[in-house]
Amino acid sequence: MTATLAPRREPGSPAPASSRRLADRVFRIREFGIVAVLVVFVAVTASIQSRFLSSTNIQFILVDATIFALLALGETIVVISRNVDLSVGSVLGLSAFLTARLASSTHGLPLPVVFLAGIGIGLLCGVVNGLMVTLGRVPSLVVTLATLYIIRGADVLIVGGGQVVPSSYYPSFLTISKATVGGIPDLAIVVAVVIAGGAYWLRTYRSGRELYAIGSNPDAARLAGIPMGRRVFTAFALSGAIAGVAGVLWASRYGTVDSTAGGSYELQVVAAVVVGGVAIFGGSGSVVGAAIGALLLQTINSALYVLGVSPNWDQAIAGFLLILAIVLDRLISLRLTASLRRRSARRGT
Amino acid sequence: MEPSQAAVDPGHVSVRARLRPALRWESGLVVVVVAIAIFGSAVSPQFLTANNFFNLGLNTGEIAIMALPMALIIISGEIDLSVESTLGMSSALLGVLWADHWPMLAIFVVILVTGAAAGALNGFLVTRVGLPSLAVTIGTLALYRGIALILLGPRTVSNFPATYTNVGLTAIPHTDLPYSAGIFIVLAIIFAIVLHATPFGRSVYAMGDNAEAALFAGLRVKRVKTTLFIVSGMASALAGVLFTFRLNTAVQNNGVGLSLDVVAIVLLAGVSIFGGKGSIGGVFLAVLAFAGLQNALLLTNFNQEATGVVTGILLLVSVFVPNVAMFVRSVRRAATRMTRRMPPEPALSMPRKDT
Repeated sequence: MTATLAPRREPGSPAPASSRRLADRVFRIREFGIVAVLVVFVAVTASIQSRFLSSTNIQFILVDATIFALLALGETIVVISRNVDLSVGSVLGLSAFLTARLASSTHGLPLPVVFLAGIGIGLLCGVVNGLMVTLGRVPSLVVTLATLYIIRGADVLIVGGGQVVPSSYYPSFLTISKATVGGIPDLAIVVAVVIAGGAYWLRTYRSGRELYAIGSNPDAARLAGIPMGRRVFTAFALSGAIAGVAGVLWASRYGTVDSTAGGSYELQVVAAVVVGGVAIFGGSGSVVGAAIGALLLQTINSALYVLGVSPNWDQAIAGFLLILAIVLDRLISLRLTASLRRRSARRGT
Repeated sequence: MEPSQAAVDPGHVSVRARLRPALRWESGLVVVVVAIAIFGSAVSPQFLTANNFFNLGLNTGEIAIMALPMALIIISGEIDLSVESTLGMSSALLGVLWADHWPMLAIFVVILVTGAAAGALNGFLVTRVGLPSLAVTIGTLALYRGIALILLGPRTVSNFPATYTNVGLTAIPHTDLPYSAGIFIVLAIIFAIVLHATPFGRSVYAMGDNAEAALFAGLRVKRVKTTLFIVSGMASALAGVLFTFRLNTAVQNNGVGLSLDVVAIVLLAGVSIFGGKGSIGGVFLAVLAFAGLQNALLLTNFNQEATGVVTGILLLVSVFVPNVAMFVRSVRRAATRMTRRMPPEPALSMPRKDT
C-alpha cells in the first residue's frame, strides 16, 4: 500500500514481558474506548428517545451489525497481514443473489446447502484473490480493486435486470435473520461465537500469530521462516468465504436482491475495521475491536435515525467519527511508543 | 535499470534512466490503444467517427482530469480516495449557490476554494498528523459526500443557464473535442512539465521511491504532499463543475464510485501503487484506452453496468505483465549485489519465495 511518511514502530512485538503486559493493558483500554463510546452513545440516545431501546429496534440493529461485523472479521484477518480486501462488497453481492435464487427456485433445499453454496462462491473469489496476491505478487489493493469490478460485473451479467423477491423464498430462509432467543437474534449469537472463535485463533494459534508477524514486519517474518504465501493466501480465502456467508445472511435479511446488493460496502467495512482499532498497515488490532467498530457504526446510523436527525447528516457524521477514530488511534500509539521507549531507557537496554 | 545505476542514490539517476521503464510501459499502452481502436472499428462503423470521439471525450473528461493529480499523489507514495466526494461536494455547492441566485463567477471561486480546503484537510491529516492516506481519504470520502448531502439534501437543481450546460452538448469551436477533454489536454501538458521537468516533479519521484531518503536529502516532503492533495481537491472541484453542467443536474450522489475508476486509470498508466514510478504520458494513454474500451463496449450490445468486468481484467493484466519483468530483474539484481541488502520489497507483504 502507499507508504506512510513516519516509520511506524510496532511497539508490542519485540518488547520484553513486562512491557507486553503494558501493551496488553493499553490494548484493552483501546477496545474499552470503543465500548465506552458505544455505551455513551446508546445511553444518550435512549434517554432522549426511549424507542431506541425497544426490542424490535435492538433486533434490527443487531442483525444489520451482525452482517457488517462478519465482513469486518474477514477484513481484519486480511488487514492484520498488511493487505486489504476491497472485493468483499462484490463477493457479498454475488453470493447474495446466487444463493437467493437457489433458495427461491429449489424449494425444500436444506438450509445448510444454501449456506455451503454461499461459502463456496465466496471461497472461490477469495482463492482467486489470494492466488493473485501471493503467486502473482501483485499488491492486494490493486488485485482486489480489479476483482471488485470483475465480480460486480459478473454479478450484473448473471442477474441482468432481474431480482429475487421475498415472496419467492421458502419461509425458513427468511426466518434465519428473524429468529430470536430471549430478544436477541439467533444470528447475532452465532456470529458472536464465530467472532470469538476468530479472536481466539488469531490470539493463540501459531498461524494466527504469524499473520501479525507478517503484518508488522514482512521482511523479518520472511527471515524467521514464516510461510508468508500460505498465510496470506489463507487470509484472503477466509475473507472471501466469510463474505460469501454474509451474502446469504444479507439475502435473508433484506429479501429483495438485485445486482446492486452490497455495493460500496467495501469502504464501510474498512471503515469499521479502522474504527475498531485495527492498524491499516497491519500487525495490530483485534477482530473483537473490529466487530465492535461495526456495531458502533451501525448503532450511530440507527441512533441518528431514531433521534430524528435528518438522514442527510448521517454520512458526514460517520465520516467525521471515522477520522476522529484514526486520529485518536494515532495519538494512543504515539503515546504507547513513547512510554515503551522510556521504560526500556530506564532499564538500560 | 542497470545494476550499476541502481546502486547509486535514486536522486542521481539520470532522467533517461528513470524514464526508460516507463517508456517501455507506454509503448505497451500504445499497442493496447491501437488494439482497442481496431476492436472498436470492427464492432461498429461509428467508432472512428468525429461524433463518437466527442462522446468518448465527454464521458471520460472529468475522470481524466482527476487522474492527473491522482497520478502525482500515487507517485509520491500516497493515495486519494476522496476525489469522487470532493466532486460531489462541489456539484452540491454549485447547485445550492445557483439556486440561491449567486453570480456564477462567485460560485466558481467558492467551489475552487472549497476544493482546495478539502484537499488541504487530507494533506494536513496525512502529513502533519501522520496518518495513512488510505484511511484518511476513506474517512473524507464519507465526510465530503456527507457534506454534499447536508448542502443539497434530496433536492435536484437543474436550471443552469445554457451558456454553461453547453459544455455537455457542443464541442470547442473548430474541433471535435468536448470542453472537458480540452481542459484535460491543457492540464496534462502542465502536469507533464511540472512532473518531468521541474525540481518539484523530481522530488515527487524521490519521496515515492524512498520517503526517508527524500526527507534526509532535505526535500520538503510534507509541503510537497500537502500541495499535491490541494491540487487534487481543486481538480476534483473543477471536475464537479463540469460534471454538473454536462448532466445539467446537481444531486448529492453525483460522481459516486468514480474514485476507483480514477485509481484504475492511474494504475493502468503504469504508475506503481508503491510510488516512485509513472509518467503523465502513460496517464494520457491509459485515459485513451479506458475511454476507448468503455465506448467500444457501449457500441456493442454489452451490458453497460458490466463494463467493469473489462476494466477490471485490463487492470489485472496491466499489473501482471510488468511483474514478470520485475521478477527477472530483481533476481538478477540480487545475484549481482549479494552483499548489499535489498531495498524492502513493496510494503504490502509480497511473499518472495514460498517454501
